[in-house]
Amino acid sequence: MAESVVTDVAAALSADRGGRLLLLLLGAVAVFVPVLNVLPGDASFLHISGYTMTLTAKYMTYGMLALAVDLIWGYCGILSLGHGAFFALGGYAMGMYLMRQIGARGVYGNPLLPDFMVFLNWKELPWFWHGFQSFPYALAMVVLVPGLLALVFGFLAFRSRVSGVYLSIITQALTYALMLAFFRNDMGFGGNNGFTDFKDILGYDLQAEGTRVALFVCTALALMLSYALCRYVVASRAGRVIVAVRDAESRARFLGYRVEFYKLWVFVLSAILAGIAGALYVPQIGIINPSEFSPVNSIEIVIWVAIGGRGTLYGAVVGALLVNLAKTYLTGAFPSVWLYGLGALFIVVTLFLRHGVVGVIDQWRRFRLAGRAA
Amino acid sequence: MSGSKGTMLSLENITVSFDGFRALNALNLFIEVGELRCIIGPNGAGKTTMMDVITGKTRPDQGSAWFGQRIDLLRLSEPAIAQAGIGRKFQKPTVFGEQSVFANLELAMAGPKTVWKWLNVRITPAELDRIDEVLGQVGLQELRFAPAATLSHGQKQWLEIGMLLMQDPQFLLIDEPVAGMTPQEIERTAQLLLSLAGRHTLMVVEHDMEFVRSIARHVTVLHEGAVLAEGDMDAIQADSAVKQVYLGE
Repeated sequence: MAESVVTDVAAALSADRGGRLLLLLLGAVAVFVPVLNVLPGDASFLHISGYTMTLTAKYMTYGMLALAVDLIWGYCGILSLGHGAFFALGGYAMGMYLMRQIGARGVYGNPLLPDFMVFLNWKELPWFWHGFQSFPYALAMVVLVPGLLALVFGFLAFRSRVSGVYLSIITQALTYALMLAFFRNDMGFGGNNGFTDFKDILGYDLQAEGTRVALFVCTALALMLSYALCRYVVASRAGRVIVAVRDAESRARFLGYRVEFYKLWVFVLSAILAGIAGALYVPQIGIINPSEFSPVNSIEIVIWVAIGGRGTLYGAVVGALLVNLAKTYLTGAFPSVWLYGLGALFIVVTLFLRHGVVGVIDQWRRFRLAGRAA
Repeated sequence: MSGSKGTMLSLENITVSFDGFRALNALNLFIEVGELRCIIGPNGAGKTTMMDVITGKTRPDQGSAWFGQRIDLLRLSEPAIAQAGIGRKFQKPTVFGEQSVFANLELAMAGPKTVWKWLNVRITPAELDRIDEVLGQVGLQELRFAPAATLSHGQKQWLEIGMLLMQDPQFLLIDEPVAGMTPQEIERTAQLLLSLAGRHTLMVVEHDMEFVRSIARHVTVLHEGAVLAEGDMDAIQADSAVKQVYLGE
């Protein structure tokens, strides 16, 4: 089974030019960014700063998130406007582990309770914080919490055949409700401050160069593996059923497919990918707070995917990268125009570039090939 | 399956009401194995609702619906009914537009159809042969790699019938197969349906009387949710009640 999966992935990638290029690029990034961060001196023009490396890591986690949204939206036709919630939950699970790692080094020096609990005058650790001192447990939660939420939510929604814009609205409501809940101090997740001031992961200092390089490489690998996994899924016969559900749901049902299970399965897989992306984001960025649940975040992810090119997988990653590069630049240079720029970009893409940026490149390539043939 | 007569479908005393409107009113209908039955009736006669009941989309308020002797359709979900051997062809052709004709047939294949099985599966030679056979039956061999969205209206209808055939259904429900077709396409569709009868049991709902006359051996007229008349086409057209409500004479 494992062997045939490998050959299937290889076969799927051999038909996926854009994907091969992306994986190659990510492989290069995984090697060269850390090397150029560590080896050349600070003054060298080849030097990549720690800031740039962290920024690249952040983009890569966003790329993973965009991949998750493209899987569910581009291939299954389910427009989730709440995927930021799964990202944030994965992030919070990792954050809880990092908070427990601080131990007695917090401001209040309490060996068991994180600072915010001491501040709130809590005497003992809430039950759901138990276990998070263990890294494997935290990793399990990174997968299980977003996965289970997606399972329950998706089961109820898809069984009742909630679809289209109604589903989009309730996913948006889901992330909004979670944001409000996480803002409350008595939820036990640090209220509006969330978690920050992390010290170390698995005993390694989070500020140390080695740790940062290791996290960076893990992020690049996670993105590459997620890409291969998504490509494997969409190239399989199950993946074609997913597309069939998108294009003619009732036909798929009358052919004997349990459409709700297919949707549920993709939704859960997508949520888990988003959760893992969140878990990689938090230790590198160093903070997680309820604003990650903000509905605007989830809408932005959809915009990345639309701009990059929906239903291509690599387009989603490209879109996440391009939009965030623009965001980083524009929010620095012209803070007031960013949102207008994003809005304008979305309108232009929706109206004129149905297949996004990668669609344009694809068309241009075909145009050139046709020109050469003639 | 064919030859030895038996009942393929029995609908007894089926009533469906929507907000007080009786779409089906104590409907009784029996279809024999291997039959090609045409159902006609004016708009609102309950034709679509009847198909919905048979395929599990609508549950009747009362009555019983049996597939063969043993399968109680009212207890099964839509996919389970499809798996049991009832294929439904919609009025509007619904095919998977972005995928090739071949892939459409592949997805329509009979089988367990669970996510886990389909994730790691390769097409077998037997399955390839079966797809080729169906491509031949519906006359789309040359278009096997064409995206379904690029097919003409008539070709989409045939592809959809082909998708039903891939499931080896015992019983085919076909809703208005020739609506919007050219005369040549209508003729080919008639040949296709006639070639299927016997091997499969067919129920064809159609408005085009010429077409019905060209294929029908046995016609049922529905009116206000119940059977108004049944018999061969000549008998139907001679029936005074039918003339009154449907043929408008």
